[in-house]
Amino acid sequence: MSKAMTQQAALHEYLLRLADSDMILGQRLCELCGKAPALEEEMALMNVALDLVGQARNWYEYAAELIDDGRSADDLAFRRDAHEFRNALMVEQPNGDYAVTMGRQFFFDAWHYFTIAALTKAPDERIASIAAKAAKEVQYHLRRSSEWVKRFGDGTEESHQRMQTAVNDLWRFTGEMIEADEIEQSLFKAGIGPDPEQLAADWKGLVNEVLTEATLTPPPEDAWMYRGAKVGHHTEHLGYILAEMQFLPRAYPDAKTW
Amino acid sequence: MYAQLVETGVKRLKTYEEMSPEERGFQLKIDAETKIEAKNWMPEGYRKTLIRQISQHAHSEVVGMLPEGNWVTRAPTLKRKLQLMAKIQDEAGHGLYLYSAMETLGADRDEEIDKLHEGKAKYSSIFNYPTLSWADMGTVGWLVDGAAIVNQVVLQRTSYGPYSRAMIRICKEESFHQRQGYQILLDLMREGTEEQKQMVQDSINRFWWPALMMFGPSDDQSPNSQQSMAWKIKRKSNDELRQMFIDQTVPQLEFLGCTAPDPDLKWNEERGHYDFGEIDWQEFFDVLKGNGPCNKERVETRKNAIDGGAWVREAAKAYAEKQQQKKQKVA
Amino acid sequence: MADWPLYEVFVRSKHGLNHKHVGSVHAADAEMAMENARDLYTRRSEGVSIWVVPSAAITASSPDEKEVLFDPSDDKVYRHASFYELPDEVGHM
Repeated sequence: MSKAMTQQAALHEYLLRLADSDMILGQRLCELCGKAPALEEEMALMNVALDLVGQARNWYEYAAELIDDGRSADDLAFRRDAHEFRNALMVEQPNGDYAVTMGRQFFFDAWHYFTIAALTKAPDERIASIAAKAAKEVQYHLRRSSEWVKRFGDGTEESHQRMQTAVNDLWRFTGEMIEADEIEQSLFKAGIGPDPEQLAADWKGLVNEVLTEATLTPPPEDAWMYRGAKVGHHTEHLGYILAEMQFLPRAYPDAKTW
Repeated sequence: MYAQLVETGVKRLKTYEEMSPEERGFQLKIDAETKIEAKNWMPEGYRKTLIRQISQHAHSEVVGMLPEGNWVTRAPTLKRKLQLMAKIQDEAGHGLYLYSAMETLGADRDEEIDKLHEGKAKYSSIFNYPTLSWADMGTVGWLVDGAAIVNQVVLQRTSYGPYSRAMIRICKEESFHQRQGYQILLDLMREGTEEQKQMVQDSINRFWWPALMMFGPSDDQSPNSQQSMAWKIKRKSNDELRQMFIDQTVPQLEFLGCTAPDPDLKWNEERGHYDFGEIDWQEFFDVLKGNGPCNKERVETRKNAIDGGAWVREAAKAYAEKQQQKKQKVA
Repeated sequence: MADWPLYEVFVRSKHGLNHKHVGSVHAADAEMAMENARDLYTRRSEGVSIWVVPSAAITASSPDEKEVLFDPSDDKVYRHASFYELPDEVGHM
């Protein structure tokens, strides 16, 4: 970590990572509104999206208080540009077919589950309480997405093929999620967030277990990984997501209320 | 409103004398306000009319997600986004409650949905209008859900038990929808910029007449209403409901500081109701026939979702069967 | 398509109450039925417990048989606690 970055600044960054990942994945799920493959799935997708955007709001609110430069939670969500976003590359990937949607969800949920579990033990009470509320939600997300991965993997020949392709294609975005940078290392030492080694081991263990049960082949451990989100280098998708999501506050900058 | 022009297949009401003993027993139950339940004997016309009405109502809830879904990815604040998401989710839920009530009549959900996708089933004409600005999220909540609630409150007393219970549940959950919409408009009118206020008025101008059309044609143009009322599937006439809606809505409109695009709208002291202008029924029938601005897109979106999801549903089914076999092997 | 079977849903709204029928869901299997029921019928934390039962597994009485099935018990007053008069001294039972 650069010397200039204080513990406080590291915390701001980290909160934005949590918030942005929730927000962008929630946004992706909103895109599916009215387009889910079954009516029952409309309910479930929107439930997950509601949880994620709700969690994003909690993290943004806390981040806005700590950053304390006059920006509100809404400003953080709707008035930062792509290079300022810190969400995982995984969550900004397009919905694709439902195997991609569920594969993306599962890889993220597995990370989210272990991360949130560790955050419930943070000495910072606000973080611990936001995480405690999120923990129940995330447990449900993970159960749901892992069930879908198994259904597709061990379902029909077509679904197996689609799921394997989704896993292979999304795999390159998993590396950065479980690879701690200096910020995460330093926060862990301060008791905030998961033990990086433990997180990586837990994530790999769970993912292998589910993929195996789903009769899918886990991609090789040493596969090439796409990195950069933690310093604001995203895939091309994020710009378009923000163009849509931030349209109104950007088009009506004088508006004080909505 | 969510079920406009439901065919009953009946040209003229039967008198008690003309009814078979079963029909008479049935009609006596209806007249005594006894709820009809799934396993009760019922005339075929009653069953078919109900299936048509409940499925139309359910389709309307489901198609109704789309005009709002059009803005959920562009909601301007975190609070508004969460509110809109919750509202849309409720609509999917209400569609499911209604399909569930419909299936108690022996109808198959998938078959009824297929009819929607083939353009053979109706749904509320209002959802064939586009949502063009954020203010439409307010107007849809206030006017469209408002009109829906007027109708649905009455339908809580509908004669078929499962439908009535679904309506009770839906009304309870929907109370927040109209308020959420009105609050969007109120905030924009009170604290918004000039541009935002114009957005509101423009939105009301576009949705006012289509919202009034939601109650269906005038009573003298509703050949099926009489039988539906006798069966107490419908409890109030289209014109009665429309008048109720206008009477309760105009003061809210004035409170917003907005106007309706109707020069004839004014209070009639003698009647104790608001008078209003002639509805363009040609437009109504055009939209109902499929010639509305968004008919094609709405049905296509739904069809693509369900057709495109076929492999998903098949996979889930195949997986369930395999798991079942595994369990049996162990046992 | 008719691919996912129908399950009837029963929700216990509070501890100490019976499960009550609330409607149905379609699902590929019981686990999915449970999740779908949770998403649909307990969005506003209406429940503490859910049962899902394949609709095909339910046998219902016909309401038109009501007299045969239920009327005979109307005169079996001894099934109801109020039938048994106890001296006041016994107190509440």
